[in-house]
Amino acid sequence: MTIAVTDRAAPAAIDPATLPGETGMVERPRARWLPFSPWHLLLMPAALLMLLPLVWMVATSLETLAQTRHFPPILWPGEFQWSNYPETLRAAPFTRWFWNTTVVTTVVVASNLLLCSLAAYAFARIRFWGKQVTYFLLLATLMVPLQVVLIPTFLIVKRIGLLDHLGALIVPNLANVFGIFMLTQFFRTLPIELEEAARIDGASRLKILFTIVLPLSMPALATLAVIQFLWTWNDFLWPLVTIINNTDAFTIQLGLQNFQGAHATDWNLLMAGNVMATLPMLILFLAAQRWFVRGIATQGLKG
Amino acid sequence: MATAAASVRSPGPLRRVVASDHVAGWLFVAPSVFLIVLFGLIPVIWGFVLSLQKAGLISPNRPFTGLANYQHIASDPLARTAAVNAVYYSFLFVPLSIVLALFLAIALNQKIHLIRFYRLAVFIPVAVSTIATGIMFLWLFDKEFGLANFLFSKVGLGPFGYFDSPQGAMPALVVMTVWGWLGFDTIVFLAALQGVPAELIEAAAVDGAGRWSQFRNVVLPLLGPATLLLVVWSTISALQLFDEVYFVTKGGPLNRTFVPVFYIYRLAFTTSYGFSKAGYAAALAYVLFLVILVLTLIQFWLGNRAVHYSS
Repeated sequence: MTIAVTDRAAPAAIDPATLPGETGMVERPRARWLPFSPWHLLLMPAALLMLLPLVWMVATSLETLAQTRHFPPILWPGEFQWSNYPETLRAAPFTRWFWNTTVVTTVVVASNLLLCSLAAYAFARIRFWGKQVTYFLLLATLMVPLQVVLIPTFLIVKRIGLLDHLGALIVPNLANVFGIFMLTQFFRTLPIELEEAARIDGASRLKILFTIVLPLSMPALATLAVIQFLWTWNDFLWPLVTIINNTDAFTIQLGLQNFQGAHATDWNLLMAGNVMATLPMLILFLAAQRWFVRGIATQGLKG
Repeated sequence: MATAAASVRSPGPLRRVVASDHVAGWLFVAPSVFLIVLFGLIPVIWGFVLSLQKAGLISPNRPFTGLANYQHIASDPLARTAAVNAVYYSFLFVPLSIVLALFLAIALNQKIHLIRFYRLAVFIPVAVSTIATGIMFLWLFDKEFGLANFLFSKVGLGPFGYFDSPQGAMPALVVMTVWGWLGFDTIVFLAALQGVPAELIEAAAVDGAGRWSQFRNVVLPLLGPATLLLVVWSTISALQLFDEVYFVTKGGPLNRTFVPVFYIYRLAFTTSYGFSKAGYAAALAYVLFLVILVLTLIQFWLGNRAVHYSS
């Protein structure tokens, strides 16, 4: 028995990895005044302009300090100063910050996948007392901007004793409403017949969730995972207010900020640090581009 | 239905309660609900309580002062500066990012060579953090050695001071944040473009509509919902600008990039304006929240009268 799963949570999700790029227009025969499509005239400069900051970051990270202080700027360092990278690692505890961020992000993503799945399954499939009100209350918190809850949440985290610990970055983010909302929407689109059959066979709710629902929900889970990963890895304001005096608990973003303050004019080292801090996210983006794109399309159209 | 299923195996009353859907449902949602109530819902209420108090982050002594914090906002020149700057920034950022994204999405929807490279180039800043972006643009916009001034000098312009100049800081901030957000907006538009049914366009073509007419009369109206969402979304995030200001311009020069969340942060978490300013910061945050809420409702109300929804 095969079940067609339609991803209704992301109706217009696009997948740049497989989509060849469809033109919305119906092509009409017309005079070719260029040997290539005129769209290249717009897209090539736009693409280069978008990549320019990144390219110059990498180039600068491989220059000597003298080369960075040269005008006109040197776009291509003749000889690559790879030693900038170990020097940067010696100048600041980047490996530590890197490790912290990895721990925080991994725990937060894993916990969100689990807790949001559990909650979303109940909201989508189980009839229980107070469900509608609870769901509405949770969704209402989505509208509240961070700065409104920033101070009280800080006081709560302080009361629990998590300030200056990685826990301050983990515990408040173990579950989030966006994930519950997205998965609830997705679970509702799954065919219920299989689950009902399993219920009659005596399977528990938990077993149904893990053996039937979640395996069918891999696209939604992957989307949630990469979006949550992006948010957590790149988060700045919350770490800024909760990790104050303990550089050992800095995330990579706090570390970068700190490093910039200490080496404001050592542009080659700054850029080496920047490359190292950005690279993991870029690699993940390249590897999972379709899920990022789907996540953003879902967020943008459904959020 | 569920009780019937449960009674097949568990006749005992206790097991029936445990296996009942009410208990099962609450067990499933309990961890998430607990966390979100503790770190999401309670802070919303507490934030309002704080806004009625003279409160700091250290002292547990927080006397109530009624609406004094809210009354103070009206006569606070810094709050006024922050509001003006937020409006200025939003008026530059929102239209610029959305119009550019629309053009890029249309271009990126073509069936041409290198399209995957083009898409990647436009999307990739989405993955770059605000701090990393800040470092790149501080360097790009460096007065002395920056690439931007070099490129401008090639066409006889500049040199500009960018983040160091009172006139240039906000536009430079806009350019930097547009770079960071463009991929996001473009993806949303591209998804909407690819959701346009091909039959509609073919039908228009059969009726003799030219390419421009196809676009203007068929595709563009169908982009309405996506555009509305992006306008709302971009306005919300523009009014909450923080990371870039905190890291790159620090509100300066001459407070020209001094924005509301930056002010809220400094009031509550630094001693720049003295102690016990967290209550006042909470009041400012609530006012900003209300402004955003009202603006969002107005935008949806106006937008829904103009936007055509397909299904």
